[in-house]
Amino acid sequence: MADVIEVGAARNDAPPPAGRTRRRGVTERGNRSTPYLFLAPYLVLFGVFGLAPILFGVWISLHQWDLQLPNRPFIGLDNYQDLFSSDSAIYGDWWSSVRATGIFTLFSVPLLVVIPLGLALLLNRSFPGRTFFRAAFFAPYVLGVAVIGLLWRFLLDANLGLVNRVLGAVGLPSDTPWVTDVPWAWISLVGVTVWWTCGFNAVIYLAGLQDIAPELYEAAKVDGAGGWDRFRHVTIPGLRPVMLFVLTTTILASANVFGQALLITQGAPGEQTRTVVWRIVDEGLRDYDAGRAAAMSVFFALMLAVVSVVNFRLFRYRED
Amino acid sequence: MIQNELSRRRLLGLGVGLGAAASLTLAGCGGGSSSPDRAGSAGNGGKDYTGPKVDLKLWNGFTGGDGEIFKTLVQQFNTEHQNIAVSVVTYEWADYYSKLPGAVSSGSGPDIAVMHMDQLATFAARGTISELDDVAKTLELSEGDFAPTVWKGGLYNEKRYGIPLDMHPLGFYYNKAVMQKAGLDPEKPPTTRDEYTAALTELKKSGVQGFWVSPFQFTGGMTFYSLLHQWGGKLFDDEVAKATFNSDPAVEACTWLVDLIKQGHSPANVGQDADYLAFKSGKNAFNWNGIWQINDLKKSPNVQWGVAPLPQIGSQQAAWANSHNFTIVKQRSANENKVAGAKVFINWLSEHSLDWAKGGQVPARKEVRESAEFKALTEVNALAPELEYAAFPPAAPGLGEVILTFYNAFNEAALNKKSPKQALDDGVAKANKQLEDNRKKYGN
Repeated sequence: MADVIEVGAARNDAPPPAGRTRRRGVTERGNRSTPYLFLAPYLVLFGVFGLAPILFGVWISLHQWDLQLPNRPFIGLDNYQDLFSSDSAIYGDWWSSVRATGIFTLFSVPLLVVIPLGLALLLNRSFPGRTFFRAAFFAPYVLGVAVIGLLWRFLLDANLGLVNRVLGAVGLPSDTPWVTDVPWAWISLVGVTVWWTCGFNAVIYLAGLQDIAPELYEAAKVDGAGGWDRFRHVTIPGLRPVMLFVLTTTILASANVFGQALLITQGAPGEQTRTVVWRIVDEGLRDYDAGRAAAMSVFFALMLAVVSVVNFRLFRYRED
Repeated sequence: MIQNELSRRRLLGLGVGLGAAASLTLAGCGGGSSSPDRAGSAGNGGKDYTGPKVDLKLWNGFTGGDGEIFKTLVQQFNTEHQNIAVSVVTYEWADYYSKLPGAVSSGSGPDIAVMHMDQLATFAARGTISELDDVAKTLELSEGDFAPTVWKGGLYNEKRYGIPLDMHPLGFYYNKAVMQKAGLDPEKPPTTRDEYTAALTELKKSGVQGFWVSPFQFTGGMTFYSLLHQWGGKLFDDEVAKATFNSDPAVEACTWLVDLIKQGHSPANVGQDADYLAFKSGKNAFNWNGIWQINDLKKSPNVQWGVAPLPQIGSQQAAWANSHNFTIVKQRSANENKVAGAKVFINWLSEHSLDWAKGGQVPARKEVRESAEFKALTEVNALAPELEYAAFPPAAPGLGEVILTFYNAFNEAALNKKSPKQALDDGVAKANKQLEDNRKKYGN
């Protein structure tokens, strides 16, 4: 009860709370531990399921660690060294998977940042059937990766798929190897992912757009700003925090690409579309080499951390 | 070390919990007694079991139609054995092999695990499964009761770890309607290289690309595996120390297969499963595919099909094959009664493998294979002769990933990313590194 009143008191327009002096002692004593008590549930979960596994993972990565073999010698940074030494058995696979994830991220992120923004701008207007279209664009996102993976693998099949059949019917080449050759496989993977997840980003943009005060647009209009000016000077600045969120989560999601490649291209041709997460899963769970898999994970997490930090810096700089 | 054990167990407990939630439990739970005796030579090797009631968990990867038949068999076993209750959990094979080690080391693994022959060595070397020499001895099972290759496949370091249940080779499926349309005799599938290429030429004339070459393990990779052995090649040397799948015969076999694409007998860029789907829809005439497809084709009355042993394209007969084996999982706290019960189950199911044959597999046990009932299973029986020359994967721990390297090398050749020679040379270079890693890891 006392806390609620205190919160109310923080608002400028709130009336002065009653019984403040009488309860002050209790409240102040509560103040010191209250934040931690509120944080505790999450902190415990984060500690047990976030922090501890991360530290344990780093520990594993310094060992030749197999889930079952009793001998788990400490080998220092050997697992990391293997990632960089061209003599090791995993060097080629590892860097080819980094390359695959890099290509995918490089092409999917810009599309997944820009296309949903366009969609959100369209869906933010009022027109008949707006709710239907909002639902329609979001719909693919509710499907699981197994569903969309199998669906598109058959649609994109070079010899039996509907996509090539339709392309042939309108006079375009009908033998494009969508899932078995590059660069087509990348076009397929990026395209399917954009189709699959752009509804999610669009919904977030949409929420951001609705947060921008209409007065700002009106004021801009009065000042003689055209449509492009309003977009550039009102919409974009208003969406900056949302864009930072979308960009960060999209980069992380794209870097974690796994299911699409596993199901649609199956890594073909050769291992060119085999991604980092897939490689880590294979190393740890198929070949049971938890040490190497952990080293890969740590290294990969560091790379993503660097990207995220750069990302935040870039946006903060602009804000200043 | 103790701390590690604890955190490891906690982590693994998570995954196992998820697995258990997805499990299909047939038998109810009862109170299995837990005498902390040592396992190993528990029971009388599977002849019978008279102890207190035990609950046994069995894991397998029979997700297809074979899974139903397996469960029916288990139910029958449970009704016949009041003091043994077997419950079955089924995973996809790929998940299965990655889940098993964790489950076993956390103590939530199964008592009995069904395993492919080429996985036995890995799991034996890792101490996941126990020796079964006494089962073979007590039940007087010997090489003579089984096909020799299958029987020997259950050995690792001269000790038996698996009791073979079946063998499943690659078969030659032919679409009779497509053959007829091309003027070929649908009752006489080609058996030699000349007949095969002649048939493909006829099919091409009728506008059909007759033999779709898939670049993936299923089925192109296994087709190439068979051809490599038909040309007299081997994947590895006898000690499984070096990869040899870039030898001249291997390159020739690969070239023959890949050239079919260039000659227009197969489209390029065949997708996963596209070869089989095209076969079923009459766009493809020949498909070398696993024996397990028999059941699927039987469900498709519109397809007129036949199955025969693989034609001999190279200098000798050979066919890819693998085998399901029963294994007994080593437990953290061994329970003699459970091990004894498990052995009874393995023996019983091995004897009842005729019913298993109806699931589309050739029984490993000779007496079953030679019975009149098995001969009545026309299609499955048609592939039984392949047992004589079946090319099973060699037994060496950690070989699974190396064989995937082999399949990936073929993938690059079949997709025309590299010449057969180049693709196989690159594959061998990588495989040799993997083999060396395995030697360090498993210490042989």
